[in-house]
Amino acid sequence: MLKVVERTKIWFAISLSIIIVGMLMWAFKGLNLGIDFKGGTVVTVKMDKEPDNGVLEEIRKISAKYDSSSQVQKVGTDEVTIRGNAITDEQIPQLYKEIKDKFNLKQEKPRYTDRIGPSIGKELRRNAIYSSLVAVVLMLIYISLRFEFRFGVAAVIALIHDVLITIAVYVFLQIPVNSSFVAAILTVLGYSINDTIVVFDRIRENSKKGTFNNRRELVNGSISQTLTRSINTVLTTLFTITALYIFGVSSIKEFALPLIVGIISGTYSSIFIASPIWYVWTEKKTA
Amino acid sequence: MQVKTKSRLKFLISSVLIVLFAYILSSGLIVGDYKISSIGEITKLGLDLKGGVYIEEEIKGDNVSKETIERTKQLIELRVNALGVNESVVTVTQQNRIRIEIPGVYDAENALKQIGKTGKLTFRGPNNDIVITGEDIKDATVGVNQQTNQPVVQLKLNEAGTKKFAEATQKYLNQVISIYMDEERVSAPVVKSVITTGEAIIEGSKDIEEAKRLAGIIKSGALPVELVPATVKTIGPSLGADAIPTSKKAAVIGIALVMLFMAIYYRVPGIIADLALAVYIMLTMLIFTTVLKATLTLPGIAGLLLSIGMAVDANVLIFERIKEELKLGKSLRTAVDAGFNRALPSILDSNITTIIAGLVLMWLGAGQVKGFALTLVTGVVCSMFTAITVTKFLLKNFVNSNWIDNKKMYGA
Repeated sequence: MLKVVERTKIWFAISLSIIIVGMLMWAFKGLNLGIDFKGGTVVTVKMDKEPDNGVLEEIRKISAKYDSSSQVQKVGTDEVTIRGNAITDEQIPQLYKEIKDKFNLKQEKPRYTDRIGPSIGKELRRNAIYSSLVAVVLMLIYISLRFEFRFGVAAVIALIHDVLITIAVYVFLQIPVNSSFVAAILTVLGYSINDTIVVFDRIRENSKKGTFNNRRELVNGSISQTLTRSINTVLTTLFTITALYIFGVSSIKEFALPLIVGIISGTYSSIFIASPIWYVWTEKKTA
Repeated sequence: MQVKTKSRLKFLISSVLIVLFAYILSSGLIVGDYKISSIGEITKLGLDLKGGVYIEEEIKGDNVSKETIERTKQLIELRVNALGVNESVVTVTQQNRIRIEIPGVYDAENALKQIGKTGKLTFRGPNNDIVITGEDIKDATVGVNQQTNQPVVQLKLNEAGTKKFAEATQKYLNQVISIYMDEERVSAPVVKSVITTGEAIIEGSKDIEEAKRLAGIIKSGALPVELVPATVKTIGPSLGADAIPTSKKAAVIGIALVMLFMAIYYRVPGIIADLALAVYIMLTMLIFTTVLKATLTLPGIAGLLLSIGMAVDANVLIFERIKEELKLGKSLRTAVDAGFNRALPSILDSNITTIIAGLVLMWLGAGQVKGFALTLVTGVVCSMFTAITVTKFLLKNFVNSNWIDNKKMYGA
């Protein structure tokens, strides 16, 4: 049998340190808010060959003519994105033409352009936060009814843990936060709750049957019994999402990487966070 | 017939059917004059896979009525169609924005100009004096001149227009009356006769397409509101061209890995889970394309692939339970039955919790969040359904067929 609850402090320390570092970086460095959230323009250019720093510098000079605060960044192997706040719809074709002429690019049109007004981002953010909160509250109610309130709270804490870890990935790697960020967070949310419930269901079943002598064994035993399932499900999920990360286009890669980490975190938290929280809490209550 | 033979037949027939359906759906089938399209052919591709222009126009001003918005939408539709693209989509969003998707067009600037015209239509005489305006026109249609076989635009004027136009055609007989959309001259026909009936034809269009465009412009008239483009995206032709094959590759490799893993780890039940997974993939794809009529987008592909990885979860839960029962020394049949029954509560509870979250997001979420939630809920429901029905049916019949009795092949 695994000894999970005995080492609760270790698991909490690991998670807390990752989350605290992530949050500190969030506070100092901030999220790399993409234009979906803060508004602005992005132009993605497909270069014919991998651009070196000299090429990026040249592109920077060109884009600075349109927007002095614009940022130029290499994405994937042969793409370059230009982000700015002051580039207008009319300027995009001119900007692209200058780059195309300079480097003799084959593509007649930019690979991708996007301009978003600042009001849209605010709406998207408010709506995503609001609807997720309602979803979490309803899940808490359902778990409290089917299991008990303490299971619900433990599951929600594990959820918050996974969301924070996923956000930390965005902060560490400075991945642009766009509307796909919302989808990534929601996927992690769905996966994490699913995983946690399976472990809790086993605890509930074993506790009804009275298989184990005490609560410590009950939790450790239930985790051990569901461990193979937890690992196999996370593996099959990772197979498809990693394939996407390896082969997908750059916008898919940006989406897949935080998901990979979030899903691993979802599995981790169902074992090492949610169940120990429930254990510690119930032990205190009865002690 | 013996139970054994019956079960063997049931298993074989259903497996062959699954493989056959999978083949037909993936590559289509032609039987005589009948053609069954493959799932790839009937899937509508989103703008991010096809390439094109995406615009969201914000309506200026407060308290704009639903009717005005609807009218604006229709007018924009006419203007977008005047760009000469099929399959453009114009919709009103929840926030009362007008969303315009134009596949195959990469010139956002031009599209914006076309859509954003205030759209004041004027007919002007040689001295640039306004003869009639868009308000005087009842209808504009496309026809063919019987004598020359050339396409023409037929105009129908209202009463006031008829009167004004009769005077003007008399005044400018054999001169040019130009048609202006705002300050752009779209056509400059010569007045060949005095028109008093309120019905005129404009000749000089090169082909039917051009005549249709002109009629569209004349009919679309002025927009009742002022529009401000809030979002403008162009997805270049190269992005879609890259996105589809790379996603396909990822899908094939990802699904193959999942299936291989299940077969190697769980042996007999694993192979049956692979058949059930095939049913799951077909079921979700069919629901998406035919029931929900959803368009496949890049995030949609990611969601679908993710759901495939997660769909085997219910099977994993069941097989782990069967393994446990076998280890307790139960017979194969009892273990399979018990495995399903024992796994059911956790399958239900874990999935219902996810479905609750999905339904809330469908109900409250906007735009992409809603679409995402729909994918999630459909995926979860389908995976539960296939695990509880398809896997169960196949596995029970396989066990009853007595082909393989060795418990080791079932994970014990």
